[in-house]
Amino acid sequence: MALRVQSPGALSTVQDLGRVGYERFGVSHSDPMDAFALRAANRLVGNPANAAGVEFVLDAPVFQAERDCIAACTGYGWMMEVKGRSVGSWRAALVRRGEVIRFLPEPETAAGPTGAAGWGYFAVSGGIDTPPVMGSRSTDLRARLGGVGGRALSEGDVLPVAPAPLDLRITGRWLPPHLRPAYGAEVTVPAVPGPQEAVFSVLSYAEFWEAGWQISPTSDRMGCRLTGTPLERTTEVELLSEGIAPGSVQVPPDGQPIVLMADRPTTGGYPKIATVAQCGLPLIAQAMPGRGQVRFEVVTVEEAQARWRVLIGGLETGVVDDGEDPAY
Amino acid sequence: MSKLSLRPAGDSALLVSFDTGGQIDLDTNLRAHALAAALETANQNDPMPGMGEAVPGYATLLVHYDPLLTGYAEVEARVRACLVNDAVSLREPRRVEIPVVYGGEDGPDLDFVAQHSGLSVEEVVHIHASREYPVFLMGFTPGFPYLGGMDPAIAAPRLPAPRSRVPAGSVGIAGEQTGVYPLESPGGWRIIGRTPLRLFDPLRAEPFLLAPGDLVRFVPIEQAISPLEGG
Repeated sequence: MALRVQSPGALSTVQDLGRVGYERFGVSHSDPMDAFALRAANRLVGNPANAAGVEFVLDAPVFQAERDCIAACTGYGWMMEVKGRSVGSWRAALVRRGEVIRFLPEPETAAGPTGAAGWGYFAVSGGIDTPPVMGSRSTDLRARLGGVGGRALSEGDVLPVAPAPLDLRITGRWLPPHLRPAYGAEVTVPAVPGPQEAVFSVLSYAEFWEAGWQISPTSDRMGCRLTGTPLERTTEVELLSEGIAPGSVQVPPDGQPIVLMADRPTTGGYPKIATVAQCGLPLIAQAMPGRGQVRFEVVTVEEAQARWRVLIGGLETGVVDDGEDPAY
Repeated sequence: MSKLSLRPAGDSALLVSFDTGGQIDLDTNLRAHALAAALETANQNDPMPGMGEAVPGYATLLVHYDPLLTGYAEVEARVRACLVNDAVSLREPRRVEIPVVYGGEDGPDLDFVAQHSGLSVEEVVHIHASREYPVFLMGFTPGFPYLGGMDPAIAAPRLPAPRSRVPAGSVGIAGEQTGVYPLESPGGWRIIGRTPLRLFDPLRAEPFLLAPGDLVRFVPIEQAISPLEGG
């Protein structure tokens, strides 16, 4: 079975949960920007969490299904349309052979000059079956690894889909909003202080947690660039290059923090004032430029882990079978 | 003995830092590699679900873990146990020879480096090829080694403007540093030679010829006839 790419969208890439185990060789982890959304999309269509889907942003792709399948769209602000009928978001829908799948911005999120929706995720039963590279189907655009030839989708691409039994019982099931991350125009992002919080001035350290930060339009899969009061250090010592954790908030000499995201480099030498927690990554990822502010809140490692486990647990147990497939 | 700290880097990694006052120090770097080796051995003998990869820096080791499967306290306990044993894990580094065609089309900046150093081309090659270079860490791009220990006598400034294409396998000098480009990329290094070895092949069972902690020696060869796989 395959999906034909009728229209590629602005930046649509095949992603799974990332390329694990090669960071010490300089290979970026290439996560999804919003890992929770991809996990949820997979859960809804009956895939394992690490099945590959398609991540998209700004301008969505258009697919045509070669065979009957179950599909779902998650993320922030996108809804799926099958054969011209809206099936909403965070909901599994049946797609019949030959039907066209589109994604449209949800009306409620429409605001701001740069558009409404954030990163969208598409999963199909069986999972996208491009050849894994070093154990992952994630696309590393810089190193040109994985996905479809290491690049974003193009018109005419044919995405292979692994075979899967068609389970009609799961069509119509959905994940209620209270079990999703607290996406919004203004978000509060949980972060663990450090590891290099001590190099910042007392005032700047306080400023980081108290200020509202704007997301710069230059943000991309490598990092969310924040604009606001420049943060100052008390020491001039350059940090020797060290490994980079996901969500690291690094502060270059210009004092404007960058939250390192999906295509982050594996090592770097800028000090990190805080590190966004796993449960906070979807929130910062989906905070789009031109909309509200982002604030950070201090959490301990234990609190952060507890919140992430609750979110993932909700995915396991909270999917609602309402038995009604909105497409039919 | 350098100060040691263990701290969380978010909720999915633990950062081990050895304090060297910001200086690159080989012994400290070897300690980081020894700890990584000890963690790997421990995980083989007593697997810990959720324990992830350990990524070395110059004076650090970042230990990744999956917070759905384990917690910071457990990871810290495992790291501390391995720190006790890491001196035992300090083992002979793996030595890797990299054959290099120096100069000519493969080394367009070799003449510049010679002139800049006030040495002959042969002397530059001899100096470059006579040392063993530790791989402190890898990063920046897949397979790129941060090598230490180049003789400052052949140091040379970067190009005023980078080339848009530096061929894969190019060996270069930038300031007091030497290195190899595993993939074709833009670059501002002075290119003195090229290796026919494919340092990074994503489809190979072992994609990387080099690893952090290795000792690299460059071996001058005559013109390569065909690309070698290198094992």
